[in-house]
Amino acid sequence: MDGLSARQMTASAIPAESATLLDLHADMSLSARQGLALADVALGSRLWRLAWTLGWLDIKLRYRGSLLGPFWLTMSTGVMVGALGLLYAGLFHTNLHDYLPYLSLSLVLWAFLGAVVSESCATFTEAEAIIRSVRMPFFLFSLRIVIRNVLVLAHNILVIIVVFALLSTWPGWHMVLALPGILLWLLDALALSLLLGSFCARFRDIQPIVNSVMQIAFFMTPVIWKPEQAGGHFVLLQPNPFFDLLQVVRAPLLGQSPGTVTWLAAALYSVGLCAIAWLFFARARGRVAFWL
Amino acid sequence: MAEATSGPSIGIDGVSVSFPLYHGNARSLKKMMFAAASGRLGQDRKQRVVVEALRNISFSLRGGDRLGLIGSNGAGKTTLLRTLAGIYEPVTGHVRVAGSINALLDPGLGMNVDLTGRENIMLRGLYNGMPREAIARLEDDVISFAGLNDFIDLPVRIYSSGMVVRLGFALATAIRPQILLMDEWILAGDAAFLDRARHRLEEMVRGADILVLSTHDQSIVRTWCSRVLWLDQGRIRADGPPDEVLEQYLGHPLEPLPAAAERVAV
Repeated sequence: MDGLSARQMTASAIPAESATLLDLHADMSLSARQGLALADVALGSRLWRLAWTLGWLDIKLRYRGSLLGPFWLTMSTGVMVGALGLLYAGLFHTNLHDYLPYLSLSLVLWAFLGAVVSESCATFTEAEAIIRSVRMPFFLFSLRIVIRNVLVLAHNILVIIVVFALLSTWPGWHMVLALPGILLWLLDALALSLLLGSFCARFRDIQPIVNSVMQIAFFMTPVIWKPEQAGGHFVLLQPNPFFDLLQVVRAPLLGQSPGTVTWLAAALYSVGLCAIAWLFFARARGRVAFWL
Repeated sequence: MAEATSGPSIGIDGVSVSFPLYHGNARSLKKMMFAAASGRLGQDRKQRVVVEALRNISFSLRGGDRLGLIGSNGAGKTTLLRTLAGIYEPVTGHVRVAGSINALLDPGLGMNVDLTGRENIMLRGLYNGMPREAIARLEDDVISFAGLNDFIDLPVRIYSSGMVVRLGFALATAIRPQILLMDEWILAGDAAFLDRARHRLEEMVRGADILVLSTHDQSIVRTWCSRVLWLDQGRIRADGPPDEVLEQYLGHPLEPLPAAAERVAV
C-alpha cells in the first residue's frame, strides 16, 4: 500500500477520548434528571476550548473575505451611534456632550442583550447536525452563544472608548462596580440560552414572538431615552426586568450608582430566570435530540 | 458501577425509542394553548402520533464482539446506533455503554463547508476532547491520507466531491475508539480511493474492542461480524451467527464467500 502503512501506524496511535460510561434509564426521577443536567453543564464547561473556537469561527465566518472583518461591527455601531446621537439630541433638546456617552453605552449594551435573547432561540436548532451525530453536552452550545456575543461586544466597546475619549468623559472608579453586573449578565445569558434553546426546539413559533417582544422592550426601556425624560410616565412602565438589568451595568460605567433597589431587583430577576431555566432544562435535556 | 473498569461493554435492556410526530403545525405553541384552553390537552396528547422506532430491544455485547445490524430501510438500524451512542435517550428501558465511543453515523459529522479543511480537522479534534498535540497529529494524519495538499487551507465548499469524501473518510477513521458504531455510508466510497480506504477502515475495525455495524451488504456482514441482529419494524426478528440469520433474512441458502474476502474479525 504505497508507503501508507507507516502513516497508518501513527494514525492508530490517536486514541479516542478517555473511556466514558453512559448509563441511561427511562423514567428517571427528578433528582436523576438534575444529576444528568449537572453533568451536562460540567462536561460542557470542560469543553470551553471548543466553545471558544466555535464562537470565534461563527464571527469569522460572518465576515470572511471582507476587508475589515469583524471590525465591520465596530464601524456599523459607530455610524449608528453618531447618527442617532445627532438626531435624538436634537429631538430631546439635550446637550450632545451629556447624551452621546449615555447613548453609545446604552446602544452597545442593548445590542448584546438583544442578540443574546434572540440568538438563544437557535442555540440547539443551529447545532442540529452535531447534536444528531454525536453525544455532546448541550451546555457547550450555550457557551458558544455567549462567547460569540461577548466577542461581538468586545468589538463594539471600541465605539464607547472612542466616544468617551473624544468627549473626555471619564466615569471614574465607579466603573469597577459594573463587574458584578457583568457577571450577572453572563449567568443570565447562559440560563436563557438553555431555556429558550430547548423551548424553541420544541415550539418553533417562539422565535418570532421573542423577536417582537425584544423590539417592544427596546422602545419601552430607557435605552435611547433617559428615565427622567419620561417624567411621571416612567413609573407606569415599571416593573421592567430589562431596565434593572441594564442599569446594574450601565450606571457604574457612567459613574453613577444603580441603587440598592435596582440591584435587588436585578438579582431577583436573575434568580428567577436561572431557576426556571434549570428546571426546564433538566426536564427537556433528554428530549431535545428528538425535537430537532 | 463497580464493573465499569472491566473493559468496554454494552448492555441494552428492554429499550424502546419513539419519535413524536409534530406534523403540520401541531408543533406550535398556539395550537397547544388553544387545546389547553378548551380542555382538550389530554386528548390531544393521547392522539399524538408517535413512530415507534425501537420496541423492547435487549442484548449485550462484550469486548471482541462484532455485531451486524440488518433489516430493511426504516427497520430502526440507525436509531439503534444513535441510541447506543447516547444521542437518543430511551423512552423505556435501560442503556449502559462503557468505553470510548466513536459513532460514524453521518458523513458530514460536524463538517462545515464554509471552513477550511484544516479548521474542520481542528474542530473534530476538539469535539473529541483532544489536547493540542493530539490535534496536530490528527492534522498530519488526515492531510496525508486525504491527499488534499494545498487545498487544506481553502474552504471545503470549493472541494471536488471526491475530495470531500476523502476528507470526511479520513476524519472519521482517524480516531480509534474502543466501541465503534458504523452506519453503512462509510462503506460506500469512490472507486480509486476504495483500496486504501478499505485498508484503513479494516485497521480501525480490527483495533476496536466492540463493533456495531449497520449494513445492507451481506458479504461485509459475513466477513466482519460474529453476530447478527435482524431488525424488523423496530423489533428484533432474529439474533445469532451471521450465516444463520442471513439465511433467514434472505430466505435462501447463502453462497460460499468469494476467496478474495478474508475474515477481518479476530
